[in-house]
Amino acid sequence: MDRGTFRERIAVNRRNSVFLILLFLAFVAVFGYVIGYAWIGDPKGALFGLGLAFVVGAISGLVTYYGGDRLVLAASRAKQVTHEEAPVLFNVVEEMAIASGLPMPKVYVIEDSAPNAFATGRDPEHATVAATTGLLRKLDRDELQGVMAHEMSHVGNFDIRYAMLVGVLVGTTVLISDFFLRGLWFGGGRGGRSEGGGMVQLIMMVVAILLAVLAPLFARLLQLSISRQREYLADASAVRLTRNPKGLADALAKISGDREVLEVANRATAHLYIANPVKSFEKRAKGIFSTHPPINERIDILRSMETGGIPETVG
Amino acid sequence: MSVILLIVLIVVLVVLVIFAIVTYNGLVKRRNDTEEAYRQIDVQLKRRYDLIPNLLEGVKKYFRQEQEVLTQVTQARSRAMQPQSPGAQAQSEAQLSGAIGSLFAVAENYPDLKSDRVMLDFQEELSSTENKISFARQHYNDSVGDYNTKIQSFPAVIFSRMMGFTEREYFEAAGPERESVTVSYD
Repeated sequence: MDRGTFRERIAVNRRNSVFLILLFLAFVAVFGYVIGYAWIGDPKGALFGLGLAFVVGAISGLVTYYGGDRLVLAASRAKQVTHEEAPVLFNVVEEMAIASGLPMPKVYVIEDSAPNAFATGRDPEHATVAATTGLLRKLDRDELQGVMAHEMSHVGNFDIRYAMLVGVLVGTTVLISDFFLRGLWFGGGRGGRSEGGGMVQLIMMVVAILLAVLAPLFARLLQLSISRQREYLADASAVRLTRNPKGLADALAKISGDREVLEVANRATAHLYIANPVKSFEKRAKGIFSTHPPINERIDILRSMETGGIPETVG
Repeated sequence: MSVILLIVLIVVLVVLVIFAIVTYNGLVKRRNDTEEAYRQIDVQLKRRYDLIPNLLEGVKKYFRQEQEVLTQVTQARSRAMQPQSPGAQAQSEAQLSGAIGSLFAVAENYPDLKSDRVMLDFQEELSSTENKISFARQHYNDSVGDYNTKIQSFPAVIFSRMMGFTEREYFEAAGPERESVTVSYD
C-alpha cells in the first residue's frame, strides 16, 4: 500500500492534479457547449454557453486556489492560535513539521467538543492545520502527535491542493448543473425557430439533462474514491514521521468511539477531516459513498505496524 | 539510409543528454536536502541553548533544594555551546540531554509540582525542544537514506561517483546519548 518515497507520491499527485484540471476543462467545455446549444438553439448559443462555463469554471478555480483555505477555515469557524495560546498543539505541529522537513504551517483551533482535525492550503508554503478543542482535550500528547503527523502528511503529499481542486470540480459541476436544471424548470429554451435546428436542439437538450443529472454524481464519486485512498496513505506516512503507530491508532480509536457530532462540518468539508465528521452517514454507507475508509480497518492496519515495524524503511 | 541512421543517433543522444540532466538535477536536489536537514539539526540545537536560561529562570524557585541539578544543566549548556570537534560536540549535546533528563527525574520527586501550571509548561517546552532535536536528526537520516539510495541505484550509479556524489553518513546517537534514556531515579 505504501510504495515509493514521498517524492514519488508527490509526483503522482502533481500529475494527477494536472490530469484532473485538463479533464475538468474538457468537461466544462462539453457541458457548456451542450447546455448552450440546448438553451439557445444554435451553434452561436453553444459557443456562448461554452464561454460562460469557462468563465464560471475559471473564476471558481482561481477563487478556490487562492482563497479556498480561508473559505474552509471561515466555514469551520476556526481561529488562528499562537504558541502561547495552545503550546502543546503548537509544539506538536512544529515537531511534525521538522520531522517531515516542511515549513511550519499556520495552526488553527475550532471551538467544538467533537474530536477532529484537518489540513488545508494550496501547497506546503501556504498550509494550515486545524484541530478542534475536543481533540486537544481528549487525546494525550502521543495521540495528538499521531493526528498532526497525519495532517502534515496530507500537506507534504500535496493532498491538500488536490482535495481543493477536486472540491472545485465537484462544486462547479454542481453549480452549472443546478443552473441549467433550474432554468429548465422556469420555462425551457427560446429555440425552435428552424425545423432542422429544432431536432438538433432536442437531442442536445436530452444530452444536457443527462449530463446535468449524472455529472455531479460522477464528480462526487471521484472525490470520494480519491479521498479514501489518501487517508490510508496519510496514516502510513504519519507513522514514518512519528515512528509510533500506537499514537495514531489510539487516537483513531478514541475519535471513532466519540459520540459527539462536529457541528461545523458539512458535506463540502467532510472529506478534509481525519475521521468522517458526519457519523450517521458513515454508518449507513460504508462503501462508495463514504469520504473515509472504515476507521476500524485503519486502526487494524496501524496495530499490525506496532508489531511489524515501520511500513516503509528509510529511503 | 544514412540520413535515417543519423537522425536515430541524434535522437538517442538527445534523449540520453536529457536523461542525464534530469538525473543530475535530482541528485543535486537530494544532496541539498540532506544539507538543509543537517542545518536544521543545528537550528534546533541553538534553539535549545536560547531557551534553557529563560525556562530555568521561570522554575528556579521550585528547585531551591536541588541547586546542583540546575547548575548541571547550565554547565552542560555552556560546554555544548563552545566550539569543538563534531565528536566532542555530539558528546556534550548528549550530556546536556542527560542533564535535562535528570532535571525531570528530580521534578518527579515533588508530587505537588506535577500539577503546577508553570512547571507543566516548563516540562512541555523542554521535552518538546528535545523532541524537535531528535525529529530533526530523524529527518536528516531520512533524507540521507533517500539520497544514498538514489546515488547507489541504477542508472544514477553509473555516473554519480564521477560527478562527485558520495554517500553521506547517518547520524548515530553518541554513547552518552543512549545512557541519557536510562535516567537514574535515586
